[in-house]
Amino acid sequence: MNERTERSEGMPGQRGVSGKTVVRPYGDTTGDGMVQVSFTLPVPHDKRAEGAAVQLANKMGLDPAMLVHARQMGDGFTFFVVYGRVNHLVDLAKVQVVERDYPLLSAKEVNAVVKRRLRRKLSVVGACIGTDAHTVGIDAILNVKGIAGEKGLEYYRELKVTNLGAQVSVPELVEAARRERADAVLVSQVVTQRDAHLHNTREMSAAFREAMPAGRRPLLIVGGPRFDESMTGELGVDRIFGRGTTPGEVASYLVHALITSRKASVA
Amino acid sequence: MTGKLGLDPALVGRARELARRAGQPVVDLARSHTTVSVERAVLRLAGVSGADPDGIPWVNRLVDAVVADVGLGHGVAVPVFDALAREGVSDVTLLAQKAAAGSVRFAVPSGRAATAARRAARRAVAAGVRRIDRRRAERDRLVRRFGDPAQRPWIYLIVATGDIYEDIPQAQAAARAGADVIAVIRSTGQSLLDYVPEGATREGFAGTYATQENFRLMRAALDSSSRELGRYVRLTNYASGLCMPEMATLAGLERLDMMLNDSMYGILFRDINPIRTFVDQRFSRQVHARAGIVINTGEDNYLTTADAVDEAHTVTVSQLLNEFFAHEAGLADWQLGLGHAFEINPDVPESLRLELAHALLARELFPDAPLKWMPPTKHMTGDVFRGNLLDGFFNLVGAMTGQGILLVGMMTEAVVTPWLSDRDIALQNVRYVLGAAGGLHEDFVPASGGFIQQRARRVLGEAVDLLERIGDQSLLTAIAEGTFGIMKRPADRGKGLDGVARHEGDYYNPATEILEQPA
Repeated sequence: MNERTERSEGMPGQRGVSGKTVVRPYGDTTGDGMVQVSFTLPVPHDKRAEGAAVQLANKMGLDPAMLVHARQMGDGFTFFVVYGRVNHLVDLAKVQVVERDYPLLSAKEVNAVVKRRLRRKLSVVGACIGTDAHTVGIDAILNVKGIAGEKGLEYYRELKVTNLGAQVSVPELVEAARRERADAVLVSQVVTQRDAHLHNTREMSAAFREAMPAGRRPLLIVGGPRFDESMTGELGVDRIFGRGTTPGEVASYLVHALITSRKASVA
Repeated sequence: MTGKLGLDPALVGRARELARRAGQPVVDLARSHTTVSVERAVLRLAGVSGADPDGIPWVNRLVDAVVADVGLGHGVAVPVFDALAREGVSDVTLLAQKAAAGSVRFAVPSGRAATAARRAARRAVAAGVRRIDRRRAERDRLVRRFGDPAQRPWIYLIVATGDIYEDIPQAQAAARAGADVIAVIRSTGQSLLDYVPEGATREGFAGTYATQENFRLMRAALDSSSRELGRYVRLTNYASGLCMPEMATLAGLERLDMMLNDSMYGILFRDINPIRTFVDQRFSRQVHARAGIVINTGEDNYLTTADAVDEAHTVTVSQLLNEFFAHEAGLADWQLGLGHAFEINPDVPESLRLELAHALLARELFPDAPLKWMPPTKHMTGDVFRGNLLDGFFNLVGAMTGQGILLVGMMTEAVVTPWLSDRDIALQNVRYVLGAAGGLHEDFVPASGGFIQQRARRVLGEAVDLLERIGDQSLLTAIAEGTFGIMKRPADRGKGLDGVARHEGDYYNPATEILEQPA
């Protein structure tokens, strides 16, 4: 067992490094295609239920599928854990993601660029819009306290941060952006029931389009754990940040989008 | 030197005295002001019920009508019952309907008319308070019949589908799976509604609207679960937000058992005006005291925005303030579900020992309060395997420090609203830990002068320092300057300020008068 683990341990990175673009899931041996899934079926636990779980796993592409755990919950539900081999291949060359297309700067560097190139404070207005009361996201990015040891945007000397907090209406946000002469508007959306995050974002971007001409509109940025980062066009915003975004990434993006890339294109 | 932590009793006494000093000006403020929501709660006790065709409750329409004619500062009880007598109307809800139609004018009577109006108002409100008393007696009876949970901590589980008719079977399933307390999370945004929605509701956002009818339906369902399971299953909702006093009143009328009711949560996290919050809070706590409801305070929230190690003492300070405000409003120690949480970054060295120190500190400072122990949320990453382990440690700390109410942590926190299987796995986790180590608090005594004792004493010391600073500048200033949870909340800003009024000389509130009478 140990031997096998050791042998396989050296392997997984090599494919990527050697430039191969097709990979399979990795259990404990390169190319074994092993995955683990868990799910619930609305049936009581018996032989038939276990058969049903294996059938579902087969349809999901697990073949052979090993049912390793089944447990009834309440009257009519059973929870299953299944391990099995999938035959699907992943082609890394065809994966589409939004890669960071701007350099990551330190707080000091951000301040220096804003001071030298913008020659005034960069104004940021942030809020949770709609009925969303979860300020965790916007606070993590804006509050001095920040997140994961990284200070939030309030900490940046050359940024002027206005955090409107929770449950801000779209008109209030537009008004605040106007009043604060916002260079960028940051909106956080955590609640996703009935796609509220998407509706709210569309409403927000439409309101800014209506209220301000293209050249005068602040940069519209939306963030939240459940956004698809490639939906900017569809939602009418300039940038979407997904889970795990840090204040430093946002600050670096602001500098890139508002200062360095703009000046560069003029020059 | 007493207890498991060797806390200095003089320092503990000093902390309480400082909390009293910081809190007293706020109590004075609360005693000299009223709010639209306090007045609406008075009218609910006096028997006004229902809503207009647009869903705006008659209590709102009636208070608005009184305020338009005579302002809020006299209280609405006297103008309303004066109008009732003048109009020859027997039913307060009918009066509200007439007032909404504009066919009633309100005045502040004097002399004999004023005395008569006071007497009538007091009689009507007393009948409402008696209904709350009857519900409390009914709870006592049911607890005697069905019994309390066999173990401490009580297992507290959340349901929240948005649809009360979907919540009910989920709550009953949760009770069957071992939950002792069911909390129905409110729809996001309800705290900022300045009215209580009416009727059974089937749509909500990340939660179910708190309405009197939803309260009634869920309580009835859990009564039948209690009968089935042979233990009294408790029901929790929220007395927070702009309608805090009315929520407390409805909870009393429908025999809810616990209510989330924090002294500063609305101010800090919902940007509700500080004065509005403190006035509403005092009234709501008086109602909770009368109704035999256990309050749950929200200290866990500070730690979701601030660092759980650096800011540990703000939790202690808030617990001391919550305790002071609660006692002042008449709540007994057994009704104080003071909150705290397992929110230290698991990557911090000795994080479990720090958690034990903080949890034990709360236990030792408030020996007779049930204490509500809240699970990790901030450091739940979506790695459900690690999350389940973290929840296991959370449960273990709860068992080792003798917590009273344990909110079941979900390893899918921050990922999805809990699935059936998430809840089942989380409950297995709790049952395993309580089964394996439920009595460990009897054996667990931290080493004298060791890491845990030192840490707990340091947090208490920092709490006293902070309370001393607050003492010099008043609690309202401290809140305005962002002392708690980093948010800055000045007293002249925030939502709901326009619904606050200073008492006029003839202010009369029969509910406060009854609730403040020694029982």
